[in-house]
Amino acid sequence: MTAGTWLALAGALVLAFALAAETRRAAAGPAGRRFFRHPTAAPGLVVLAFFVTLALAAPLIAPYPSYLQLDPVHLANQPPSGRFLLGTDPLSRDVWSRLVYGARFSLGIGSLAMLVAVSVGAAVGAVAGYFRRWVDALLMRLVDVGLAIPRVFVLLVVVALWDRVSLPVLVLLIGLTGWFGTSRLVRAEVLSLREREFVVAARALGGGSARVILRHVLPNAAAPIIVSAALGIGSVMLLEAGLSFLGIGVPSPKPSWGNMIADGQDRLAAAPWTSLFPGLAISLVVMALNAVGDALRDALDPHKEAA
Amino acid sequence: MTEPLLRVRDLKTYFVTEHGSGTARAVDGVSFEVYPGETLGLVGESGCGKTVTSLSILRLIPEPPGHIRPGSFIEFEGRNLLTLAPRELRAIRGNRIAMIFQEPMTSLNPVFTVGDQIAEAAIVHQGLSRRRARARAVEMLKLVGIPDPAERVDHYPHQMSGGMRQRVMIAMALVCHPKLLIADEPTTALDVTIQAQILELLDRLQRDLGMAVMLITHDLGVVAGTADRVVVMYAGEVVEQAATGELFARPLHPYTEGLMASVPRIDTRVSQVRGRLHSIPGQVPAATAWPAGCRFHPRCPYAWDRCRQEAPPPLDAGAGEPGAHTVRCWLLTEPQRRSARA
Repeated sequence: MTAGTWLALAGALVLAFALAAETRRAAAGPAGRRFFRHPTAAPGLVVLAFFVTLALAAPLIAPYPSYLQLDPVHLANQPPSGRFLLGTDPLSRDVWSRLVYGARFSLGIGSLAMLVAVSVGAAVGAVAGYFRRWVDALLMRLVDVGLAIPRVFVLLVVVALWDRVSLPVLVLLIGLTGWFGTSRLVRAEVLSLREREFVVAARALGGGSARVILRHVLPNAAAPIIVSAALGIGSVMLLEAGLSFLGIGVPSPKPSWGNMIADGQDRLAAAPWTSLFPGLAISLVVMALNAVGDALRDALDPHKEAA
Repeated sequence: MTEPLLRVRDLKTYFVTEHGSGTARAVDGVSFEVYPGETLGLVGESGCGKTVTSLSILRLIPEPPGHIRPGSFIEFEGRNLLTLAPRELRAIRGNRIAMIFQEPMTSLNPVFTVGDQIAEAAIVHQGLSRRRARARAVEMLKLVGIPDPAERVDHYPHQMSGGMRQRVMIAMALVCHPKLLIADEPTTALDVTIQAQILELLDRLQRDLGMAVMLITHDLGVVAGTADRVVVMYAGEVVEQAATGELFARPLHPYTEGLMASVPRIDTRVSQVRGRLHSIPGQVPAATAWPAGCRFHPRCPYAWDRCRQEAPPPLDAGAGEPGAHTVRCWLLTEPQRRSARA
């Protein structure tokens, strides 16, 4: 670790706190107050801001390239020290550097896959809920089938068929197997929204179905969609970590927190740091996401107004 | 005589009830016309089919459970609205026929500014650019008498009072200068003072824009002040229709009579009404089981055997031109029964 990377790390920490504080200041409305009334909301936000900063500024913060094997003979399995903040792994790569770059993959895959899942889920749910009748019946049976098939099993089959999957394909796979719950949620919301008077009024003004759904129905269903996305990213990240741990997610030598854990599993007793720190990172981020998701739910749910 | 702008013939809108156990005949053979530039009052108690009639005209009935029976006929500017393709229908909604709803609180989309919502119809129907549409929205807000329209255009519905929101609803409806405005109880949810303002506004805009208004209300006072002709509905049927002056001077259907007697009058001495306001006994029956014969007979003070067995057709009351005043009541054939009661 050079002075520059220490400085960058400190900068990332400061930035995380500053971002959380700024958010708090900006969200002064009743929803913002409900959000920050959650005791875990602010710490969660700090953790997320910190890891997002790491991911974005990885080249500044990481002291070494993520794939660099410094000296496989002398520098493998080094414990954490001033030189190697979190130690080195069995291939003599710096764990801290890999953790920082791994944030890019883990957070990136998690959020992109969730974006895919939420988009598809919202579209399917909105169409099913708005048109009802046979469209609804068909789509919801499809969702039932989707929910009945174990997700990891599907992913394993696909990987077995195609051997190696590229990252975009991995994102799509995780996203396209994860929208079923969201679509049910959105459908329920749309079913109640479509009976609201302003939706009838929009149709009376001559709006077509697409226009009414996109402008009048979905924006009013934004709150539950956002909350389910926030809570969903955590589970998607866990899934990605699991797949990478099994060696079918992010392929080595690209660092992901999941395959980093796998890297250290053989020498867990002698050099626990290789697996421990990426594991901690996953747990921290998922906990933070859940805390922020919970707080968001309370903040965005109008029924909590009185509470 | 001028051609009617809207001609509704034998409109039947039925709803299949939840358990499939029955069919609610919410609107059951309604016929009336709206002429260009006039105000038609559509009056009746809750549950007698006024709103379903208006929603049927724009084909906004939720299907299922509702459906408009074959044989119904709704002609607007020479075209049958019931056979139009969805695209053609959308070109009429909000453009040629606009509608304002009862609840200004829930009829505006909470997540968009009122300017956006007013501009929407102009963008959909007239293809205006966002910028032009916004200017149009400001213009409309000014037209409906909202102060500081340039500022108000960026406000959200929750920042406005009920009366203002109803003005916004009216602005939305009138953006494309429709030929027919359907106003479904536009003042019911408002304070009395605001009610008068909104009715005045509608009246002024109607004259300025030369549109016809179909005013749906349960308030005869509203009708008396604004409508040219009145259609009285009961139990999914038109029971009486006449010019406003004629109807108030000579209400012939016992239901119309009852409605009028139920309106508190400031010039009636308390002793004349024996200290109590008149009310029509009973309630509108359920739409799944209208009474046989005349649908009003269980609540009618004059009812006799014929009323229980035979449904009366619309009978001409012989005021001016044929069809100017029609009544669905057997009393017209035996007027002596009315005087015998009185």
